[in-house]
Amino acid sequence: MNAAAVVAASPAATPAMPPRRVLGAYLAEARSECLRYLRAPGFMLPILLFPDLFYLVFGVLMGKSEGADATRYLLASYSVFGVMSPGLFGFGVSLALERDGGLLTWKRALPMPPGAYLLGKMLMAMGAAAVVVLMLLAMATGLAHVALTPVQFVALLATGMLGVLPFCALGMLVGTLIKGQGAPGMLQLVYLPMSFLSGLWFPLPMLPKFLQQFAPVWPSYHLDRIALAAVGIVHEPVLPHALVLVGFGVAFFALAARRLRRVG
Amino acid sequence: MNDTTVARLAAAVKRYGPLTALDGVDLAVRRGELLALLGPNGAGKSTSIGLLLGLIRPDAGRAELFGLDPQRIEARRRIGVMLQAANLPATLRVGELLRLTMSYYPNPRGFDETAALAGIADLLLRPYGKLSGGQQRRVQFALALCGRPELLFLDEPTVGMDIEARQRLWAAMRALVAEGCAVVLTTHYLEEAEALAQRVVVLGQGRVLSEGSVDDMRKRVALTRIRCVSDLDAAAIAGWPEVAAATREDGHLRIATARAEAVVRRLLDADPALGELEVQRAGLAEAFTELTRETAAEQEAA
Repeated sequence: MNAAAVVAASPAATPAMPPRRVLGAYLAEARSECLRYLRAPGFMLPILLFPDLFYLVFGVLMGKSEGADATRYLLASYSVFGVMSPGLFGFGVSLALERDGGLLTWKRALPMPPGAYLLGKMLMAMGAAAVVVLMLLAMATGLAHVALTPVQFVALLATGMLGVLPFCALGMLVGTLIKGQGAPGMLQLVYLPMSFLSGLWFPLPMLPKFLQQFAPVWPSYHLDRIALAAVGIVHEPVLPHALVLVGFGVAFFALAARRLRRVG
Repeated sequence: MNDTTVARLAAAVKRYGPLTALDGVDLAVRRGELLALLGPNGAGKSTSIGLLLGLIRPDAGRAELFGLDPQRIEARRRIGVMLQAANLPATLRVGELLRLTMSYYPNPRGFDETAALAGIADLLLRPYGKLSGGQQRRVQFALALCGRPELLFLDEPTVGMDIEARQRLWAAMRALVAEGCAVVLTTHYLEEAEALAQRVVVLGQGRVLSEGSVDDMRKRVALTRIRCVSDLDAAAIAGWPEVAAATREDGHLRIATARAEAVVRRLLDADPALGELEVQRAGLAEAFTELTRETAAEQEAA
C-alpha cells in the first residue's frame, strides 16, 4: 500500500508543522525539563553539593599541606567527579523513574518531536555540570588560592560542560535497563568504583600497579586527563582522550536509544 | 482502507512470552465515531491501544493510524491521548503542562478554550502534584484534547472521578464527537459505554467477541429480566425451556430469559397470587457478562 496516496486521499490531510513550531516544541520541552528540576531542589542539591564538600575536605583543608599543585590536581579530579554525577544521576535516575511512572510512555504516544525529551535532560545536565565546576573553581581560587589563567578557567569549565555528555549517555543506558527505584543504587555501583579506579579520589600513582594499568578502560579516566591538561598539570595531547570519550558516548547512546525505541 | 477509517488493526497479534495478549484482532475506528472498547482485565484493551499508538509493535498483522505507521510523528500529530497511568511532572503547574503539550501540535486549540472544555480553568496555577486524583484526570483529559485531535484515545478516563466530574467529562466527550472528533474509549463502567458509544467492541482473551451498536449487542444477547414476588420454586422455573437463569434473592424471584412474554404468561398461570411483577430489558452489563461467559464456556468445552 502506498502510504502517501492514502494520506492524500483522506479528507483532512496531515496539517504541516511549521519549522518554527517544531523549534518552539524543543524550547518548551527544554524549559519544562529545567523548570521541574529547579523546583525540586531535593533532587539536584545532593548532586551539586556532594563533590564540593569532598573538595573542601580533601582538596582545600587537607590538601594545603601537600602544596599548591595538590589542590590544583584535585581541582581537576573533583571537577570530573562532580560532572559525572549530573550526567549519571540527573539523566539516569530521572529516566528510570519516568519510565516507571508512565510519563515516558505518554510522551512517546504524543507527537513530541523526537529527541526533545532527551535534549531537555541534556541541557539540564550541562547546566548542572557548569554549576558544579564553577563552585569548585570559586573554592579553588578563593579559598585555596590556586592561580589559574583565564584560558585555564574557561578550559576546565568547557571540559566539565562537554564532559558530562558521555556520562549522560551512560546514565541513559542504565536508566533504560533498570526501572524505577532500583536505578540510584545501580548507578552508585557504577559511579563510585569508577571514580576511585580512574584516580579521581586519590592520584593514580597512589593506587596498586594493576589498577593503574586498568584505568584507561574507564571513560572517567580520559575526562580526568583532559581536565588535568586544562589546568596545566599534565602536558599531553587531549584529542585521543576526547575521541575515546566520543566513542564511549556514541556507543552508550546507541545502545540506550535502541532499547528505548523497542521497549520504551 | 477507505478514507473514513482513522485507525485500524488488521489481524494484529501480540505475544508476551508464552502469553498471547492479542490473537488476530481486526478493529477499525471510523471518522467521527465514539467506539467503546470493552472487556474484562487482560482482554487485550490496553494492548490494542498500545499498538494503535505505536508504543508496542505487533508480532504479526498491522496497526495503522491515518493509514500510516503509528510511530510516524505525522500520524500522531492528529491524535490526543489519555493513558491509564501517567505520573506527569509534579512540580510543573497545570498551565505550564498545557502550554508544553500544545507546543507539540501544529494547530492546537486555544489555551482558554481547552481549559474551559476540560473544566480546569480554576486549576491552571496549581502544581500538578498537589491536585487530587480526579483533578489530575481532568488535567490529563485537557492535555489529550488540546491539540485539536481528529482521534482521541481515552483509556479508562473516568476512574477515580466523582459522579459530577464524570458527567462533565461525558458532556465534553459529546462536544468533541459533535465537532467530528473520533474517540476510542476503554472503560470498566458499562453505563459509560451505553451512554456515549455509537459502536461497541467487546474483547475477551485477545479476540474480538462482538462488534456492533449498543442495541445490536443487547439484541445479540436478547435477555430480559423478570422480577416478581411469588412462592414458586426457583429451581423448578430454572428448568423451564425458555428460562436462562432463575434465582431467589431477598424474597424476590429473579428470572433471565430470551422470551419474556411466554415466561410471564406461564408464571401468571402457575401462581395467581404473583405480585410486584417487573419486566426489564437487559442492560449492556448483562449482555456483556453473557458474552464473556459464553466464551469461557466455549473455551472449557474445547
